[in-house]
Amino acid sequence: MSSHVNTRKYRLIEFFTPYAMLLPSALVFAVFVIFPVFFSLYMSFFNWRAVSSTREFIGISNYAQLLTSSEFLHSVKVTFAYVAGIIPIGMGLGLVVALLLNRKMRGVTMYRVLYYLPVVTAWAAIGVVWRWIYQPSYGLLNVVLERLGLPIGYWLSEPETAMPSLIAVGAWKVIGYNAVIFLAGLQNVPQELYEAAEIDGAGGLRKFTRITWPLLTPTTFFLLIVSVINSFQNFSGVYVMTKGGPMESTRVIVYYLYQQAFVFFNMGYASAVAWILVLVVFVLTLLQMKFADNKVHYQ
Amino acid sequence: MLALQINRRKLMPLLGNGIVHLILISFGIIMIAPFIWMVTTSLKTLPEVYMFPPKLLPEKWQWSNYIEAWNYAPFGSFYFNSVFAGVMVTLGQLVTSSLAAYAFSRLRFPGRNWIFYCYLGTMMIPYQVTLIPSYMLMRWFGWIDTYQALIVPFLADTFGVFLLRQYFLTIPDSLEDAALIDGCSRFRILSSIFLPLSKPALATVALMTFLKNWNSFFWPLIAINSMKMRTLPVGLVLFVDEAGTQWHLQMAASVISIVPVILLFVAAQKYFIRGITLTGVKG
Repeated sequence: MSSHVNTRKYRLIEFFTPYAMLLPSALVFAVFVIFPVFFSLYMSFFNWRAVSSTREFIGISNYAQLLTSSEFLHSVKVTFAYVAGIIPIGMGLGLVVALLLNRKMRGVTMYRVLYYLPVVTAWAAIGVVWRWIYQPSYGLLNVVLERLGLPIGYWLSEPETAMPSLIAVGAWKVIGYNAVIFLAGLQNVPQELYEAAEIDGAGGLRKFTRITWPLLTPTTFFLLIVSVINSFQNFSGVYVMTKGGPMESTRVIVYYLYQQAFVFFNMGYASAVAWILVLVVFVLTLLQMKFADNKVHYQ
Repeated sequence: MLALQINRRKLMPLLGNGIVHLILISFGIIMIAPFIWMVTTSLKTLPEVYMFPPKLLPEKWQWSNYIEAWNYAPFGSFYFNSVFAGVMVTLGQLVTSSLAAYAFSRLRFPGRNWIFYCYLGTMMIPYQVTLIPSYMLMRWFGWIDTYQALIVPFLADTFGVFLLRQYFLTIPDSLEDAALIDGCSRFRILSSIFLPLSKPALATVALMTFLKNWNSFFWPLIAINSMKMRTLPVGLVLFVDEAGTQWHLQMAASVISIVPVILLFVAAQKYFIRGITLTGVKG
């Protein structure tokens, strides 16, 4: 009955089956990920305008232009400001929330929904609401501030305050996600350590600095990398709320890419911008993968 | 004396929990305040919106705003496009990812590790660099402004492959061995044995894929031109940019856009949270 297992036909099928199973996903990746990555590189060496028309080989001129362009460097600065603002606030508050949630108490599910709602909602809808909240004359924020006797501002309408306003929304949106990740990390800390510490008379702060924080390091590092990568790539938020303005004060790298590629159709130059982004994110993702690997096994 | 001590030990954690709840609720209110404001503004009349100081609740709930917003821009089309593309992409990824996950977790073949690292590699590539060439591919295929553009590039994703592979690895070999001896093909094994056993993992992948696709913005912005092919997030933003100062309509449109996501999330949050903590992907 089991002699069929050794027939040539069966062996052939067994040999090709894995490749047949991989084919669908591999095909999609090959066409829409691998090919684009390399073609992008190829395009970045050309003065490629619009989709098909004129193009001439210009070597690394695009990159040279990029690295000396004040426009690009401005975008880099803006992006760094955004990332540098979001990370401490988003992660700090996320950690606080996780610490608060890490107890035996009821309502954890309800809190998770409350805090995670901003995370699952699209930037499009969120941007629309916050644009309204930030509206200088009638928006909720200024109204509340005035009621409290605090100074009001022009928020998204003024270059100095636009980026901080954006950062506030970005942080608000990501706190729930950070809290969930931190919570998972916290729950991996063995209870016995805390109990032992309590017997030794350690108070809350001591328990945190000596036990919680050190054992959270893998989670914290992982989250740090992920947060940097994610905030680096913010596009829809900027598009909805400020379109890079006012006065280019919120024109992050990805928005700059969008403008160059799909508004001005400088495809070659934009590809160079994209590749610079790739290099930065690639390095960061590499680091994150190493840590995510540890994290997954830990679970 | 003793009675007082016992009470203190019971009281402190209770008090502690009480304070924690207080903090969490106050902060939680800040977290959802924008949503509440969105809904209440959407039900006001335009003059009410401009009232200063503003009231929280409108005099009469203007449900008509929703009808007006819906008719202002082709929201019906936006909805359909997002749902259709979302469902197709989700189904596609479930198929391609479970096939790949099975191959990686269960089969031995030359080049397995090497190919796996390649899959890993695609995860490290930020989507922005694929945008321009993919856009050009769409031009060359003639797929700009079609459903193909919204669906085909996303029929596979490594996230699903990894999550399912992880899950498949926990299924014991013995189940397969019996089926193999009976002459089952690998495909049969996958569909009849592995998939039914993996419902939670499949649900997680399905939900996160659907959500990510629903919220996607950059690609639909550039790959689609005509209003009636637009997806919901992009359609919403275009509508809002045009609606100028009609805040009540803008809020109504926003509510329309996010209600499905919120419902989905509340109903299936268990799967979302699991998906996030297992892979770190935000979705």
